[in-house]
Amino acid sequence: MRFISKYRRHRFAGPLLLLGALLFAGLTYSAAQAVTEQATLSQSDKATLIAEGKEIFARGCSSCHGLNAEGAGVGPSLIGVGAASVDFQVATGRMPVADMSQQIARKEPVYNDQEVAALAAYVASLAPGPAAVTNEELAWERDGNMAQGGELFRNNCAMCHNLAGQGGALTRGKYAPTVMGVEVKHIYEAMITGPQAMPVFSETILTPQEKLSIIKWIKHAETEPQLGGAALGRTGPVTEGLVSWLLGLGLLIGVAVWLTAKAR
Amino acid sequence: MSARERVAGQVANYVDERTGSAKWLKKTLTKVFPDHWSFMLGEIVLYSFIILLLTGTFLTFWYDPSMREVEYEGSYQPLSGLKMSAAYASSLHISFDIRGGLLMRQIHHWAALIFMAAMVAHLMRVFFTGAFRKPREFNWIIGVGLLTLGIVEGFLGYSLPDDLLSGTGIRIAEAIIQAIPVVGSYLSFFIFGGAFPGEMFIQRIYVVHILLLPGIFLALITVHLMLVWYQKHTQYPGPGRTERNVVGYPLMPTYMAKAGGFFFIVFGVTAFLGAVASINPIWIYGPYNPGQIGAGSQPDWYMGWLDGLVRMSPPLEAYIFGYTLSLNILIPGLIIPGIIFTGMALYPFIESWITGDKREHHLLDRPRNAPNRTALGAMSITFMLVTLINGGNDLLATHFDLSINQIMWFSRIGVIVLPPLAFVITKRICLSLQRADRELVLHGRETGRLVMLPHGEFIEVHEPLSPEKAYLLTQHEQLPALEANISNEYGVKNPKVIRSKIRSRLSRSQAEQIVKPTANDVKELEGGHH
Amino acid sequence: MSKELAPLSDPGLPEHIHRKADVDLKAAKKAERQVGILFLFSVLGTLLFIYAYLGIDEDAFIFVPVLGSTNAHQLFLGLGLAMALFFIGMAAVHWAKTLMPDHEVIDYRKEQRSKDEDREDFVSTVKDRALEAGLGRRPFIKRTMLLSLGLVGLSPVLLLGDLGPLPGNDQKETNWKSGTRLVTDPGDRPIRPSDLEVGGVAQVQPELPAGKVRHLDDIAKDSVLLIRIRPEEFNLDAERLSWTYEGIIAFSKICSHMGCAVALYEQTTKHLLCPCHQSTFDVTRAAKVIFGPSARALPQLAITVDSQGYLVAKQPFSEPVGPSFWGRNK
Repeated sequence: MRFISKYRRHRFAGPLLLLGALLFAGLTYSAAQAVTEQATLSQSDKATLIAEGKEIFARGCSSCHGLNAEGAGVGPSLIGVGAASVDFQVATGRMPVADMSQQIARKEPVYNDQEVAALAAYVASLAPGPAAVTNEELAWERDGNMAQGGELFRNNCAMCHNLAGQGGALTRGKYAPTVMGVEVKHIYEAMITGPQAMPVFSETILTPQEKLSIIKWIKHAETEPQLGGAALGRTGPVTEGLVSWLLGLGLLIGVAVWLTAKAR
Repeated sequence: MSARERVAGQVANYVDERTGSAKWLKKTLTKVFPDHWSFMLGEIVLYSFIILLLTGTFLTFWYDPSMREVEYEGSYQPLSGLKMSAAYASSLHISFDIRGGLLMRQIHHWAALIFMAAMVAHLMRVFFTGAFRKPREFNWIIGVGLLTLGIVEGFLGYSLPDDLLSGTGIRIAEAIIQAIPVVGSYLSFFIFGGAFPGEMFIQRIYVVHILLLPGIFLALITVHLMLVWYQKHTQYPGPGRTERNVVGYPLMPTYMAKAGGFFFIVFGVTAFLGAVASINPIWIYGPYNPGQIGAGSQPDWYMGWLDGLVRMSPPLEAYIFGYTLSLNILIPGLIIPGIIFTGMALYPFIESWITGDKREHHLLDRPRNAPNRTALGAMSITFMLVTLINGGNDLLATHFDLSINQIMWFSRIGVIVLPPLAFVITKRICLSLQRADRELVLHGRETGRLVMLPHGEFIEVHEPLSPEKAYLLTQHEQLPALEANISNEYGVKNPKVIRSKIRSRLSRSQAEQIVKPTANDVKELEGGHH
Repeated sequence: MSKELAPLSDPGLPEHIHRKADVDLKAAKKAERQVGILFLFSVLGTLLFIYAYLGIDEDAFIFVPVLGSTNAHQLFLGLGLAMALFFIGMAAVHWAKTLMPDHEVIDYRKEQRSKDEDREDFVSTVKDRALEAGLGRRPFIKRTMLLSLGLVGLSPVLLLGDLGPLPGNDQKETNWKSGTRLVTDPGDRPIRPSDLEVGGVAQVQPELPAGKVRHLDDIAKDSVLLIRIRPEEFNLDAERLSWTYEGIIAFSKICSHMGCAVALYEQTTKHLLCPCHQSTFDVTRAAKVIFGPSARALPQLAITVDSQGYLVAKQPFSEPVGPSFWGRNK
């Protein structure tokens, strides 16, 4: 106590207090955001899975998507979107939506794998649609061709997701997110379901083998070590220009100031 | 005489018997150079140029300036077997299969960015201190020429690897050429050797980039430096410094060591950047294909303002007797840059016309003492910043969760509204600083120490300025405004009266200053109270 | 001091302040040692450079904080070079700052203007010799000289004549003819309407006749974007609607503004965005420009199906593709 009152007028006291208050507010907020529900479902047969999915749907999705997934104003109809859409949207945490201001963003998933599978089974039962895929059945390392994948990526994906897959801007505040750090199956499902603004890449326009090649290229780009030094965000000449002014010219001007200063 | 002295004497004799250079050398080695960090910005440009020459030469030993199609057989797996131009393949070869190749490529590109940045910084220093005034107008024009050529040289340079990002830039340049009225299509087909992209472009710009422009640069830089040498460098005002002298350090040994050392430092810093920071990773961009594009495609920063201007242009296209006039390309791409660079080049003459000042100037201005000029500079910088920001609007959108449409509208309106605002604010700031200077001279520096007088009054102790500082704050000239020449002494009206009136009006704005304190003011104050 | 001078007058150069190394021998020796050490650091840098060049494997990678996993060969090569250069500079500057004379020296300027007698001398010399050349008295020589010099200057311009072919009709023609099949890019597979789902896009090129190779020149004009939406979402006049097929519509991918590839399709808004200058086109209204600097819509390719059910072009483009040019509408 004596310590606090003794240093209450120290010049760092104010900033430290502010820092503490900010930390407190931030930690409280993230704790409140943490997932509280972790209900576990046991392995069931398909019918039970669908039934469980319907139950989860009624609880967590129907308010926006309608009681029978027919759509309810805010949320579109999910009839015919297929298990692939559900797996993609829910397992990447996009659904249920937290913040709809800009666009629906990837975040920590709310539902675990079992629940996602149940939801997917339920939605798939409503009408035929693209089936979900698993990471195991996508033999991208064996069947994909990296160089071909790169060409395909530049032809079909880079215009939205940037040449290094870092993501890019769309109109009116929308954006194409980064493709780095995404599970293989989710990349595949995104291509076949065309989530939100992303178009659909059907299996005849981009064959499964071509999709696997794209995935192989992406996975390589993800883990490729830096060949020339710090990547600077891989966003191109804008950051390079900024670095040349701030780091390059800045350092040199600093040296010039030292150089012309009188020695002691 | 020592052995060293004997040998040196023999060498000197050998050279002098053939060139008669003893007197000139002595004069040169004792030449005086003023010393200020802001004078080193031009040196950064010069040394970066030398670095570019050295690293560029290295690159030419392996680079193949050909657009003929080859299949990639190098060591970078993700491009294995792909069809690409020999230029791109050789650039990949340099990056991955030549020891030190990627390092040299990166040093070359970082040096180019620093070259342009230092040039702009140097230009700003010269502008804000008024170093372009007589007798240095030609040097200013050469400088503006170097800036323009530098932009072109950099653009051509980063287009040589023929990758997707730079190829897109070339596509856009071709569209500008094509949009020129009447001759556009012919020019484009002549420059590209046919339809875009053709097979000739890379080898043609290669020659421009390694021979023609560097040659012009060397010539212009030589004239630029010779003028500085012969006219002697300007200096900042201060005690002991007049329009008729140069105060500084002699070339040998002090300046040689500092300037020579600075070259190594610039090279070292650029090499450091080349070692730790990746730049222009062409292997990620892929070979150029006119049917492909990447999100967030930008030119190098020194062309970013042009990109921004083109982006914010309204969709104007006019049709004259069935012919197309693409104003949406010509205005931001050619006309506005033309006006800017021409205006820049002519500025010394414009300013001397406004002020009527035809004398030589070797003492620099403190920016606050030339409020209109400083405000004009701030206005130009604001314009450049708004256009530059718009050039990167898609990156700003993704990184700061904004909408490109909103940034575009901000830029469209901002580019018209913000520069005049910057002018007004900067001018007011300059005048306030002048006022503060006047207060300092007349009343001394406020020390913050309070003293209680015997009769109970509290006063703050003011410390009088040193004579050096007082001189510095009052040595500047304050020219009166020019009067309009309406008629001569016989009452004959001046035929160019409108021109004269405009000049007078501008001159009055230019001459707006806070009157500097005179020696009488100081004496009066000293005679009075505190 | 200030009492002796008139106020605000130039007090002259300030008194020289000696540096430690100027007066103290030990400080001078210390500065000398420092300069020496800096030069030695440069030597270390060169040694590192040599070691990196000869001794570090080109495929070796090392993890460095901030940089990530980076190529060790290139990193140490660069750091070695940087050190070698940088410390030579630092040593030279430190030497100059601490040990070399730092007395400010004064040199005097002379006026740039020549002396009056030199000027007069110059003027009279030039005048006399110009008179001797006699151009003024010999207008025939002057005129014919100017004529020949002017004409010879034209010759190099003429030499540039074969720099490139004349454009002719090249800018107005593509490889799209009536009946040309649409094929995937890459892959060259022909496309049926059923291959493309609603909300889907396809990058498309014209099928080239057998034996013809596709060059970048072709891609720069032929690239087409195929988009499928629900037919009822179209907002087109009757003619343009007839150029679509069951909700499938085809546009030139080459931006009508400055030629970048407009491939960014937003499924939700049915907008095409060009990433270069953010021109935005509305697919439902035949790629009409709704934002950005482009002044024209993307040319639409009329499509239909052939006898085998594959998508084909009905006719060539009705207008030149790509950026504008002077004679575009002629």
